Amino acid sequence: MTDRLPEGWELVVGLEVHCELATATKLFCGCPNAFGEEPNTNVCPVCLGLPGSLPVLNRRAVELAMRIGVALRCSIEPSVFHRKNYFYPDMPKDFQISQYDAPINRGGRLELPDGSVIGVERAHLEEDTGKTTHVGGTGRIGGADYALVDYNRSGVPLVEIVSAPDIRSSAQAHAYASELRAILVASGASDGRMEEGSMRVDANVSVRRTGEPFGTRCEIKNLNSLRSLVRAIEHEAARQVALVQAGGTVVQETRHWDEGEGRTLSMRSKEEANDYRYFPEPDLVPLAPDERWRSEVAASLPPLPAGRRAVLAGLFGGSPTQAQLDQIRSVVTSDLDRVVAGAVAKGAPAALALARTANEVAANAERAADLDLDGFSRLLLLEAGGELGATQAKAVLSELLERGGDPTAIAKSMGFESMDEGELREVVARVVAELPEEWDKFLAGDSKVQGALIGAVMRATSNSANGKAVTEELARMRSEARGAS
Amino acid sequence: MSPGGALPPHSVPALGPEQVAHVARLARLELSPEELERYTEQLDAVLAYAAEIADLDIGDLEPMSHPLPLSNVLRDDHVAACLDRDSVLAAAPAAEDHRFRVPRLLSEEG
Amino acid sequence: MSDLALQIAADVRAGRRSAREVVEESLSLIATGDDIHAFLEVLADEALARADAIDRSVADGEDPGPLAGVPIALKDNLCTRGIPTTCSSRILAGWRPPYDATVVERLRDAGAVLVGKTNMDEFAMGSSTENSCSGPTLNPRDRGRVPGGSSGGSAASVAAGFVPLALGSDTGGSIRQPAALCGVVGVKPTYGLVSRYGLVAFASSLDQIGPLGASVADAALCLEVIAGHDARDTTSLEGPVPDMLAAVERPVRGLRVGLVTELVEGTSPEVAARVRESAEALAGAGCAVEEVSIPQFRYGLSAYYLIAPAEASSNLARFDGVRYGLRVDASDAEAMNVATRTAGFGPEVKRRIMLGTYALSAGYYDEYYAKAQRVRRWVANGFADAYAKFDALLGATTPTTAFALGEHSEDPLAMYRSDTCTVPANLSGDPAMSVPFGTDAGGLPVGVQVFAPALGEDVMFALAGALERSAPTKEPPR
Ligand SMILES: [Mg+2]
Ligand SMILES: [Zn+2]
Repeated sequence: MTDRLPEGWELVVGLEVHCELATATKLFCGCPNAFGEEPNTNVCPVCLGLPGSLPVLNRRAVELAMRIGVALRCSIEPSVFHRKNYFYPDMPKDFQISQYDAPINRGGRLELPDGSVIGVERAHLEEDTGKTTHVGGTGRIGGADYALVDYNRSGVPLVEIVSAPDIRSSAQAHAYASELRAILVASGASDGRMEEGSMRVDANVSVRRTGEPFGTRCEIKNLNSLRSLVRAIEHEAARQVALVQAGGTVVQETRHWDEGEGRTLSMRSKEEANDYRYFPEPDLVPLAPDERWRSEVAASLPPLPAGRRAVLAGLFGGSPTQAQLDQIRSVVTSDLDRVVAGAVAKGAPAALALARTANEVAANAERAADLDLDGFSRLLLLEAGGELGATQAKAVLSELLERGGDPTAIAKSMGFESMDEGELREVVARVVAELPEEWDKFLAGDSKVQGALIGAVMRATSNSANGKAVTEELARMRSEARGAS
Repeated sequence: MSPGGALPPHSVPALGPEQVAHVARLARLELSPEELERYTEQLDAVLAYAAEIADLDIGDLEPMSHPLPLSNVLRDDHVAACLDRDSVLAAAPAAEDHRFRVPRLLSEEG
Repeated sequence: MSDLALQIAADVRAGRRSAREVVEESLSLIATGDDIHAFLEVLADEALARADAIDRSVADGEDPGPLAGVPIALKDNLCTRGIPTTCSSRILAGWRPPYDATVVERLRDAGAVLVGKTNMDEFAMGSSTENSCSGPTLNPRDRGRVPGGSSGGSAASVAAGFVPLALGSDTGGSIRQPAALCGVVGVKPTYGLVSRYGLVAFASSLDQIGPLGASVADAALCLEVIAGHDARDTTSLEGPVPDMLAAVERPVRGLRVGLVTELVEGTSPEVAARVRESAEALAGAGCAVEEVSIPQFRYGLSAYYLIAPAEASSNLARFDGVRYGLRVDASDAEAMNVATRTAGFGPEVKRRIMLGTYALSAGYYDEYYAKAQRVRRWVANGFADAYAKFDALLGATTPTTAFALGEHSEDPLAMYRSDTCTVPANLSGDPAMSVPFGTDAGGLPVGVQVFAPALGEDVMFALAGALERSAPTKEPPR
């Protein structure tokens, strides 16, 4: 993630994130809000826009939107739904019910893990559209023979979160989107699944010479992953700089990210100024959450990622290493921080609990929910006490995740009973005798061969030796040999 | 009230054929040249009449978008019955593969 | 029909008369008499089957409800499950809704029998029922004249005696104006009193469904059946429904009634004369009648003809040829939308869609739409000020009696002016109704309009009852 802008140029990015709310039903009707169902099965007069139908607002959707507002430190305001008028076949009423100049959440902020702060201008409620599939021809829009529309998604509740143009690098855009996603998931507002379209990101990108006013921006759509987001921003910024340097000007337009070709393309829509003719939706009445409702929602908000990260950092006396900070972020994102905290509460050492959770437990995340924290912490204590080597502990942990059980018993069944000291000395001495060249180098101070020696011991003991004990024995033998010469 | 009475002059500019053509495009309607001429004349007359309110000094009243002073009318998040797909699609001018079929799209929106 | 709904229901409930007999009479009157084109669709088989079911339930000792066996006609913008609902538009030709409007469910639950769907101005846009894709309805009292509109088919079906009751919708006077022109009772309830669920929207913040009936009491009875909260309409009011049927007989002595200057002076001399006579009649019944000027009424029409088309332009966007109704094919989706809408909508609908699109479009919103909304507030304040002094208001329903077919066809503005007396109550949301009160020299009916504050339908019906009792004798349809 490098920003390949020439010296003296600055990138300016604002993100618009649409997230589908995790409600049981749609925003204005009782049809299920579900992904992946048979086409046109979750539809009714309201979400099909049949003549005579009327919208009725979903309380849960409003509360989840308010949760997002609280989580993003927005002020929750009285709001009004408007109609955004434009024709498109996936929009059954040919207008979208959205919020315009009176959104429910205004003026918030999002602090990134590195401490930088991105402003949030608004987070408003609106309805999703149906889904269009382009059939035949090139399969691309415009080149297709015809299109098919499924309205299952029509009317699914969305919150559109609009950031201020505070983002200055593609890496920061990535950090913002992933932190926002973590907040949406942690707050219970959304499942945040980008691959299912539950979270969709549009990027407003412009460039400027450092210190100058903002340049003309382009809006990039179709960013289906964080990777696409980063690539698209970098490509678009480079395109704009090259354009301006060649004496051209950036035209404000919507561009489409082509993942395959790795570039943004102008959507070449007909030259029609956007005139959405917003006006207050006469079929709905204003929303005006009172203080009591707002505080109830705020109280129902589960702990958020930043706070949860701080709790884990606290386990390290407040001064974790950078590597540990990365691990903390990853366990919080994958919702495994309670595994770390649980193991530590049962006496396991924090660093080891964090490392094993961030790596081995996270690798088998679907089993993590059933992990017996007591067994896990006893395993970590066995490893920390040197009774099991790292390799052995990982093997036991894998078994503990898959089938559960007592870590000591699992270790025993795997033949990981720790060797007594005499036995270990014998094996190490035998291996050293078989590798005289390596041993000489080791004695001469070449620490690079240590790994080879340990590996040989592990092979000789079928991995049952404790790596830490082997290291200590090699060191003892070296100082003994040096002392003898 | 004086139906049919002479209209006072208003400060609102006359509506021309370009504006009517633009509005027809926004509304997805096609007008023949004769229709454009006739609608321009009629819409201009209606607007000239309606525009009497443009010059009306009524102070700064709150716009009234709705006759009811209601707020926070909400429903619970409970699933209700959906329509039968076959009957929904039977009403469609064209359907295929359980979906509504439309001619190709030239541009993308939304 | 010679009998009123109240009498029919009482007879059917008591087993004195069968619903089948009543419905057969209504159907045969329609079959022989509907050369005035009040109906778009007559539902003879369904109606008779329904009548038989009502008769069986009476025989079983059950009560089919307050409208037992009463034949009723519905304006064709009210959704009826499996029954064509076209709004008199080519664009909805053949569309059969998969659901019933709330009012349709309530009528059925009350024992009413739907006998047909009535003609209207396309999408309720008009004041003469001439803007129908299937041709105009004629005024049963003078076939060379319009029945008014847009609920002209409903008004004519009651005036012609085909049915004792019909439902219409009123966005700017579309129940009251045709009621006045046809000589029947028409009620626009308080906005929110009747659920709009299943009413094909014209201008959502103004639309209300209401009854048209041969008598004030029948209209009250019908409104009591269809009124009341509905969770499917967010703008529907909770709380008790005013007691209306009982109010019709209530004494009006002591009520303070304001005769609105603007609703007398702008009308034809004969209409003005009847309105003044109605005021005298109320004074004679003990009301304190006083003239009051509400200058805002002069501007209601302008605000209305910006707000209603604006909402309509958005409400009618969905008719795009994708999901239901007409499609005219073309090579791409946008061209298909354009071809479909161009072929599917009539000239008046196109005119209002364009007017509304213009009023909402960038650069004009503040000047037109936002200003119209502030004038709307001003009009509502005008009512509120008057209601500080009066229990109810009185005025003409229309500036003239029924005009000739084709008279205003080429001049939209002249047509729009016939709504001038009715639009203020749509803007404020307050209830208003038209009651027949005498005729002009040619025998054409005159309607007087009674206004009351929001949810003041009981006062309104009490005064309407008094007017009905004191009105000059009604002429039978010619
Ligand atoms: Mg949006
Ligand atoms: Zn639905």
